Amino acid sequence: MTIFKAENIVKKYANHVALKNVSINVSEGSIFGLLGPNGAGKTSLIRIINQITAPDEGTLFFKGEPLKPSHVELIGYLPEERGLYKKMKVGEQALYLAQLKGLSRQDALKKLKYWFEKFELQGWWNKKVEELSKGMQQKIQFIVTVLHNPQLLIFDEPFSGFDPINVNILKEEILNLKAHGATIIFSTHNMASVEELCDNIALLNKSEKILDGNVNDIKKTYKTNKYELIYNGTLNIKEVLDSRFEVLNQISDAGDEKLTIKINNGSSPNELLSVLLSHVLIVSFKEVIPSMNDIFIANVTDKNEFLQNA
Amino acid sequence: MKKILIIIQREYLSRVKKKSFIVMTILGPLLMAAIMIVPVFMAQMSNEKNTIAVVDETLLFVERLQETEFIKFDYLLGKDISTARNEFNNKTHDAILYIPFSAINTPSTLRLLSDKQPSMNVKMYVESQLKKEIENFKLNASGIDKEVLKSIETKVNLTTIKITDEGIEEKSYPEVATVLGIFSGIMIYMFIFMFGAQVMRGVIEEKTSRIIEVIVSSVKPFQLMMGKIVGVALVGLTQFLLWIVLTLLIVTTVKTAFPEQFEVKQASQLYTADSKVVDPEQLQEIQELNITGETDARSEILMAIQSIDFGVMIFSFLFYFLAGYLLYAALFAAIGAAVDNEADTQQFMMPVTIPLIFAIVMAQFVMNNPNGPVAFWLSIIPLTSPIIMMIRIPFGVPFFDLALSIVLLIAGFLFTTWLAAKIYRTGILMYGKKTNYKELWKWLRY
Repeated sequence: MTIFKAENIVKKYANHVALKNVSINVSEGSIFGLLGPNGAGKTSLIRIINQITAPDEGTLFFKGEPLKPSHVELIGYLPEERGLYKKMKVGEQALYLAQLKGLSRQDALKKLKYWFEKFELQGWWNKKVEELSKGMQQKIQFIVTVLHNPQLLIFDEPFSGFDPINVNILKEEILNLKAHGATIIFSTHNMASVEELCDNIALLNKSEKILDGNVNDIKKTYKTNKYELIYNGTLNIKEVLDSRFEVLNQISDAGDEKLTIKINNGSSPNELLSVLLSHVLIVSFKEVIPSMNDIFIANVTDKNEFLQNA
Repeated sequence: MKKILIIIQREYLSRVKKKSFIVMTILGPLLMAAIMIVPVFMAQMSNEKNTIAVVDETLLFVERLQETEFIKFDYLLGKDISTARNEFNNKTHDAILYIPFSAINTPSTLRLLSDKQPSMNVKMYVESQLKKEIENFKLNASGIDKEVLKSIETKVNLTTIKITDEGIEEKSYPEVATVLGIFSGIMIYMFIFMFGAQVMRGVIEEKTSRIIEVIVSSVKPFQLMMGKIVGVALVGLTQFLLWIVLTLLIVTTVKTAFPEQFEVKQASQLYTADSKVVDPEQLQEIQELNITGETDARSEILMAIQSIDFGVMIFSFLFYFLAGYLLYAALFAAIGAAVDNEADTQQFMMPVTIPLIFAIVMAQFVMNNPNGPVAFWLSIIPLTSPIIMMIRIPFGVPFFDLALSIVLLIAGFLFTTWLAAKIYRTGILMYGKKTNYKELWKWLRY
């Protein structure tokens, strides 16, 4: 079930094209990662989804309907460039922003009470924002984003400005929101969190979408048949292994030998192990799966180059 | 629409609750009241009583110098100047006026002796009295009758009459119109600057605090801009009303607390109260009497005030204040959106402030010729019309001019708002980029 769809989005600015025919498809209840280096067009796309700017070409659909202004009340947005009125009191400000999202005052008060208790912010209601620490301000910002129970949440670099403890709290909250049925689009450079959180991704580079799909599927396509092997014992490995296997790297460490071996087509890890079993004591053996980070860098620099090196 | 009201509410309350607003609201009326009250007290203080001893060697001036409430003359007969000087006691006399024999032919030998510097008022009064007496003496000496001379003396004070459309002749008061016009013109100028700058600072604050993107994901940039402009306008109106109410309150309180200091003013007030019950015909008579005969200064002021159409004045002040503010506030909002901090606003402020400053510079010229072509054009062009039209209105403006000016001003602020909205919606999302005019031009074409 698709909650949000963008088809052939084109956005041109006076000097450059920010988005060239970008299409994305976000399924309901998933976490969708929008990745790409700086200047790839992520923020342009996010602003279009939030109806802050309009695309020059292309169509957008929210729950099957063409995107319209009233949809903003069903969307929550935490921008990368975020902040609050510094001179305004915390509670007053949260109420104001909630009312702008269409909540009634009473409703907003009730919900704010819940979230302020959850994040232990009750004592700060009447303090000015400038008196709060940066982490606390970020928490307020997060509360304001999710307060109106949006069906679609958009987080642009949500973890910047948080310390590791708060990053974990935030991750938990994001997963919690997902568990409650919200769909999340989330843009980041932090590839570790992409692997941890995202179900699907789209990778943008130079205004174009160059890769998209399910995270696990993508990883599989980037499998390179490389395995990491650690064994104990003395052995001239090159004499034992035939052309089915290729040793890429070997490091000796206190009696343990650590190797990276590529298994060529037509063979299997089992064959490799059966060759070695009679010679050495195997400590560990595992497939080397490319991280999202590798895939990201590879795609953004040059796809072919990556495959050649592999 | 509901969201725009929420924005207006926040913009209004956050400003009205500010300390600076409260301080300004209290200080403003205190200053204005002080301007009205202090001169009265100052005048009272300088009116100390002076007794001047007169040593008159010619004996021509004895008992002839006119005394006033504050200046008394004490003629020391049979005493020469050196005795008078020796006996001078600053408890009984404040100064000695010495009139030597030579004074008639050589007035420069006249002396006013005192142990302290006599005030300008005293000096000028004594001078005028001596001048009058010496002139009288000389007139008599050359055989000219003083009465004849008095009958020849003519005072010319041109009374200007305005012919209105209804064919009624109205006495007009250019002096009062001038004061009223320039006052309202300057008020509008100040308000546009003060509150236009507030809008600009508000926009810059939203940009630098980075809250802008959060807000525009909930409302349209145009709603946010209009909400801010309207909210600040309401702040301006609130401040203006509070100033008027508080000023009147302070002035009235001081008047009631020190009635004797304001005697003269009260007299004229009574006069005002009286004349209200006078029926129009009688008023007309008084007017005619004044036109032909001697002019009573107080009734003159009274009639001058009555000659102003306050309904039109107040309506046009409110209209030109609001419309002028709306026109400029939109431009100020656009400037705020185009820059990252207040220091960068200079280059864009220039073209916006120049028409305003130009209008104030031209004010004098317009007052001298309130129906000339310059006045006409400047009161039609929306950028200068809020100030120039306010200066013209007390002089009476043809209906056509007024209607054209109002229509063009409304069109003008719709245009600047449209223009500003285009710059605004792009500008607010641009961070850390130095903007120039070329860039602005591009934003307009997005």
